Amino acid sequence: MSVGRHHLAWGLLAVVVIALVAYAEGSLSGYERTVLGFAGIYAMLAISLSFSNGLTGLFSLGHPAFMMVGAYVGAVLTFPANRKGFMLPALPEWLASVEWSLFPATLAGGIAAALVAAIAGFPVLRLRGHYLAVATLGLIIILRVVINNADGATRGALGLNGIPRHTDLWWIFGWLAAALLVCWRLKHSSIGRSLLAIRENEMAAACMGVPRARAKLAAFSLGAFFAGVGGVLWAHLLTNLTPGSFGIALAFMLVVMVVIGGSGSLVGAALAAIALTFLSEALRPIEQAMGAYGLVQIVIAVLLIAMLLLRPQGFFGSAEPSFLRRKAAGSRAGRPLSPGEEREV
Amino acid sequence: MLTLDGLDVWRGPSQVLHNLDLEVKAGEIVALLGANGAGKTSTLLTISGLLRPRGGRAVLSMDGREHDLLRLAPDRIVAAGVAHCPEGRQVFAGLSVAENLRMGAFLRRDGEVASDLAEMGDLFPILRERAGGLAGQLSGGEQMMLAIARALMSRPRLLLLDEPSLGLAPQMVDRIFDVIETIRGRGTTVLLVEQNAGMALEIADRAYVLENGRITLSGLAAELAEDARLQEAYLGLAPAGEGA
Repeated sequence: MSVGRHHLAWGLLAVVVIALVAYAEGSLSGYERTVLGFAGIYAMLAISLSFSNGLTGLFSLGHPAFMMVGAYVGAVLTFPANRKGFMLPALPEWLASVEWSLFPATLAGGIAAALVAAIAGFPVLRLRGHYLAVATLGLIIILRVVINNADGATRGALGLNGIPRHTDLWWIFGWLAAALLVCWRLKHSSIGRSLLAIRENEMAAACMGVPRARAKLAAFSLGAFFAGVGGVLWAHLLTNLTPGSFGIALAFMLVVMVVIGGSGSLVGAALAAIALTFLSEALRPIEQAMGAYGLVQIVIAVLLIAMLLLRPQGFFGSAEPSFLRRKAAGSRAGRPLSPGEEREV
Repeated sequence: MLTLDGLDVWRGPSQVLHNLDLEVKAGEIVALLGANGAGKTSTLLTISGLLRPRGGRAVLSMDGREHDLLRLAPDRIVAAGVAHCPEGRQVFAGLSVAENLRMGAFLRRDGEVASDLAEMGDLFPILRERAGGLAGQLSGGEQMMLAIARALMSRPRLLLLDEPSLGLAPQMVDRIFDVIETIRGRGTTVLLVEQNAGMALEIADRAYVLENGRITLSGLAAELAEDARLQEAYLGLAPAGEGA
């Protein structure tokens, strides 16, 4: 395969990001690195949400629930074993003695979240539109109640603090790259096309032989996996957890990122996530100076309304920036149905 | 090729098909006629596995192999060689014409999808012209062409066509029926659901008439076209013998 323009663009992007992360790790303050870290985590969450919500058309608000699962699973696995005894007395023996490093804990958190999604998705994905949104909101509340009441293993509403700060920008941007790569490859394959087909017309997709239930469950679980990973990274960046961190406000924020970036556009969602994170950090001092708390939310809400009025499909629609796309594989690019011009992916 | 035997199908509280027997032989065009709500679409949905009957049998036999359609999931039925072109066209409006066609080949893993795409371009030149455009922006007739071409992309042995003439201009209806004959000429068996009985009987070999979920008439298309009862009910002609 020859090196195309899009390979160059991807390579350049990777070099720039690596250079930025190296610079940030070397010379930025802790606060600045934390903000960058959140931008990266939000970008990853937005990408995975854009995949399951935007591409497949499953309007789920359940991402914070899966983050919650990931965060708690990851935190319990990495928590210093010598403090588990009095902090988390109800943990079973085999969990009380382990002290994992970040990477396996991240994987475990992601897998746990994907499993919860697969189990919850089985009944929930029969619902559509508003009903699905409401059911996934319910999932957030159910999990919060479970964690609050399992306080022997999670410290419940008191919050779990003293989680080791394992997460750095390398981990976050590494996982961001992994999420983008996986979702990008899937989107531009026949699997991605079948998910788009489900979004566009479920009945016709079934007539084409798309196993709808399985495809939806897989997309939902993949989104949840990266949400779980995001939760683990988040826990080890902030070093403390309460179930309240993963609420409806966060679900709303993530959906706004996807809508502004463009439903189904992975890069669009990531860019919107990064922009919104910086915007809310930039507005925070103004908010404090004016004593106008809630300003950030108002600005974001206004942005959302403006977007829905002026460009309802989001900045990118379902497409990706053209310089990153292989020419022949461009989803909207003109492709005459003539021999020799088609290429199998 | 396809044998339906004593199908009883329910939708919610009401029975829509009663003890339905139907046969399609390889290479035929079989028309399934009837008024609104007679059960034509339900019959097709049952064949493609999207509707499950309470009783009866549906068997697809090809190349000496028998597939029990009632035990297969819808995607396996497509893989077995049945393509369903649903009522009302149902193209993927937000996808391009080319992407719609590729969706038709979703289950195929052979390397000939590209050449089949080119073939669809030959069969339906308008689709080649509009390949990069969104399917939702095609006219009704063009969307119908796309829906048929998309169904053909799975390389079906049996094509289920649900009301291809619905809502189309008469000239476009003629073209669609030409296309159906071309498809049969390529070796694909066709089960055609139609309200336009006159047109359907012109191209069909045999036909069945459904009324309230029951087959009330069946036979050779040429004979049915002369049948007084059918003429009265569907062709809007005065019963033979009354004179004009």
